[in-house]
Amino acid sequence: MIVQNLFFGMLATVMGLAAIRVVTAQNVVHAALYLVVVLGGVAGIFILLAAEFAAVTQVLVYIGAVVVLFLFGLMLTRAPIGKTANLDNDQKVLAAVVAVMLLGVLLWSQFDAFGRAILEPQRVGTTGMVGDSIFVQYLIPFEIISVLLLAALVGAIVLARKE
Amino acid sequence: MILNQFLALAAVLFCIGVYGVLARRNAVLVLMSIELILNAVNINLVAFGAFHDTVAGQVFALFVIAVAAAEVGVGLAIVLLIYRNRQSVDVSELDMMKG
Amino acid sequence: MLENAWVIPALPVVSFFVILFFGKRLPSGGAWVGVAAVALAFGLSLVAVGEWIARPATLEVEAAHAAAPAEAGHGEEGAQPGHTAEADEGAHGPAEGAHDAVREPVRREVTWFSNGPIDIKVGIHIDGLAVAMLFVVTTIALAVHVFSTNYMADDPRITHYFAGLSLFTAGMLVMVTASTTLLLLFGWEAMGLCSFMLIGHWWEKQENSSAALKAFFTTRTGDIGLLVGIAILFFAAGQTFDIATLNDAALNGQISQGLLTVGAVALFCGVIGKSAQFPLHTWLPDAMAGPTPVSALIHAATMVVAGVYLVARVYGVFWEGFNIAAGGVNLGAVIGGVTVVIAALLAFVQTDIKRVLAYSTVSQLGYMVMALCVGAWTAGVFHLFTHAMFKGLLFLGSGSVSHAVGTFDMREMGGLRRFMPTTFKTFMVGSIALAGIPPLAGFWSKDEILTGASAGGYPIMFWMGVLGAGMTAAYMTRCVWLTFFGEYRGQAHPHESPPAITVPLIGLAVLAAVAGFLNAPGVGLFGDWTNNAVTLAAGVEHHAFSPGIALMSTLVALVGIGLAAAWYARNVGPHGITTRNSTARAGYTFLLNRYYLDHLYTGAIVGSIKGPIARAAYWTNQNVIDGVVNGIGIAARRGGNFVYDIVDQGMVDGAINASAAGTGAGGGFLRTIQSGRVQQYAAVFFAAAAIFAVVLIVVTI
Repeated sequence: MIVQNLFFGMLATVMGLAAIRVVTAQNVVHAALYLVVVLGGVAGIFILLAAEFAAVTQVLVYIGAVVVLFLFGLMLTRAPIGKTANLDNDQKVLAAVVAVMLLGVLLWSQFDAFGRAILEPQRVGTTGMVGDSIFVQYLIPFEIISVLLLAALVGAIVLARKE
Repeated sequence: MILNQFLALAAVLFCIGVYGVLARRNAVLVLMSIELILNAVNINLVAFGAFHDTVAGQVFALFVIAVAAAEVGVGLAIVLLIYRNRQSVDVSELDMMKG
Repeated sequence: MLENAWVIPALPVVSFFVILFFGKRLPSGGAWVGVAAVALAFGLSLVAVGEWIARPATLEVEAAHAAAPAEAGHGEEGAQPGHTAEADEGAHGPAEGAHDAVREPVRREVTWFSNGPIDIKVGIHIDGLAVAMLFVVTTIALAVHVFSTNYMADDPRITHYFAGLSLFTAGMLVMVTASTTLLLLFGWEAMGLCSFMLIGHWWEKQENSSAALKAFFTTRTGDIGLLVGIAILFFAAGQTFDIATLNDAALNGQISQGLLTVGAVALFCGVIGKSAQFPLHTWLPDAMAGPTPVSALIHAATMVVAGVYLVARVYGVFWEGFNIAAGGVNLGAVIGGVTVVIAALLAFVQTDIKRVLAYSTVSQLGYMVMALCVGAWTAGVFHLFTHAMFKGLLFLGSGSVSHAVGTFDMREMGGLRRFMPTTFKTFMVGSIALAGIPPLAGFWSKDEILTGASAGGYPIMFWMGVLGAGMTAAYMTRCVWLTFFGEYRGQAHPHESPPAITVPLIGLAVLAAVAGFLNAPGVGLFGDWTNNAVTLAAGVEHHAFSPGIALMSTLVALVGIGLAAAWYARNVGPHGITTRNSTARAGYTFLLNRYYLDHLYTGAIVGSIKGPIARAAYWTNQNVIDGVVNGIGIAARRGGNFVYDIVDQGMVDGAINASAAGTGAGGGFLRTIQSGRVQQYAAVFFAAAAIFAVVLIVVTI
């Protein structure tokens, strides 16, 4: 138990710091690399929660594909690679206030609702059970998601191709 | 472990993401911040799934990952189009809806 | 057929999709698909009408006066004025009391989705009202479709036009057969969308697309009320969208009077927007920018009558919410009465034949709303029925005229009766029916409304109705005279229209001539067919034909025709008064500018957000207020001789300027919010979400 909490503490600290760097870094490529750290941390959290299939998918899809897409996006838009000073707009203070306000509300309502409820992952979510659930109970949403992905694929090509 | 440590971590990530969406000028960085928000949601889903001993949380987290992939694809295509038309991806310059 | 009535709205839906996807590859752009679907729907509606008439009256309903204990107070109040009126007039109709049994409505429902314990159902509720509406809508839609095959034949976007027409018809049919308010709203909004598409069909011209936007946004303004009303009634009646349950709950006193009033007023906002009642009537005349057959469809059978239909359908809510039985005045009756008079006045100053008809429609819709809200349910629905016939006829007639002379401007018409005999004859039938001259359709229904207003205890509305009847006759005389009589003043070569245009005209003319007899005294078939449990339970009286009122309204109409004929044909009367007399000129200008309502809406309300008022107020602030203040100082120093100036300038103008500056500051503030920067919007959005969450937390603690 101690080990798990220790592991969580380390992960959470690293993720929090990396997330802050994602939104404050003045180098766009650094921001993308810090995003990798956060996404990897999320995969670690999934493992802590005994959700290994979600963790593997997280690594494959997010770190493997999404981050690469982001890097391509940065390259294609010729984002300044070096240190630049103007990646943030002029409403940083407003944004920070709003974010802190939201954080306060969220934390307060979470602790109000669940207090110190114990969470013991029971390994309910073996990969086999996840598969059963997707292909029986959630078959229709799954099929709809596949149509959505196809639509996104076609849409992205149509949008991005040269006339 | 308690449930709230996961929820709190998700809340922190969510709010950092919101800050990023509000304060970043580069559209690609805004999209990255949106990914932070989506990941916060995923942590919540999986944590609640474990809390209630159900696999549904994981399933929906997987769905969210799929939707996020689609979102990034279309979002980056839009950003590229904007870049091609305006030679800039600065979100604060896009104020054509100004009244 | 009644059990399968869902097929009737489904047909135009199918034709919409067929035309939309395959129309371009079909001959004549898919127009015949639309015509065929609507013709089939028309045939099925006729079958449904036949079956409904043949259906035995099996549902026993206790009328309100017999069921006073069940109604706990509402019923007694409700029945009382009706009884006194009966006693006064001795007008105890033969229908009264004999019809405690009505035909049972046909219902078929399926569960759309369920959310916890609540089953959201969709289905059909077919009663006399729905059957009558099915007949009206499919008749007019068929005439319009046939007419359009010729009228729009050369249009490059004929495919989209017919697709829109089909969907429009489908929307109205869905609405009239709907068993729940949710499905009703669905049809209602589909019509809003189609009116936008069809009014803006020729969008190449800026004014047409503005008119389409105006129609859409104005009706949307009212629709907010409708949504709120549906939500209120959903919770008030125990979480149900079912219309029959809503009516029962309202009439049985299960919903508190306050909630009912709020719900009825909210629903009535939707009616005001959709049925173009004062003060949201401004979109309807502008909607004339669309193709003429569309105008006919909008005005006669769909869209604008949707509001009237809504009142008739959830009548229990309006009956109790507006306390209609009490007599005197209520919101609906006042709005209806005012609309009758002001729209009729506006019809006098129009030079565009379609705009005359448009204001006439607004005025007639006022009659219907007024009738329903003074308790004359059958009269209102019957007027809706007859009006559809003759107004559809008049619009198609004006389309035929413009087809011949290439314009809608009546100053460039005249003498057309020699060139277009068929159009002329049918147009005359429609005009006389509208003017309320016996024995054509409009006379019978208008007379019933007046009788209902008089016997229901609404003397003000009665006199508004009589005034409106005279004005209707007069402006229609003016319109007919300018179009068909005198010498031809235009440049084109008028000619009679082809059969695709004249055949629908003749068909509608026959209906406009004879439809009124359905509910003539001694016949009363329409009242019998549409009789239903709601109006019986509410204790709505059907007042019998009153010869005195009939004679008076006919005389008033004849006087209106006589005056107008004397003015335009014989040149009698103070001609040129608008150029000689400043009061008359001011009145004329006031009417020409449509009571300045459009200026108010676009100039003051929309404009204040855009900024001109903000700038004007700033200028006022700098120049006027400062000047005033300085002037006051000087005047005061000079010994207070100009106390009048101080009071006037300092207090009165100061108050006005302060309010102007307040408006200006408000406009300026709203303008800074509208920065166009997405991230700023997002910041406001998240901040608002956080604040609302805090409020919710505080409230629940």
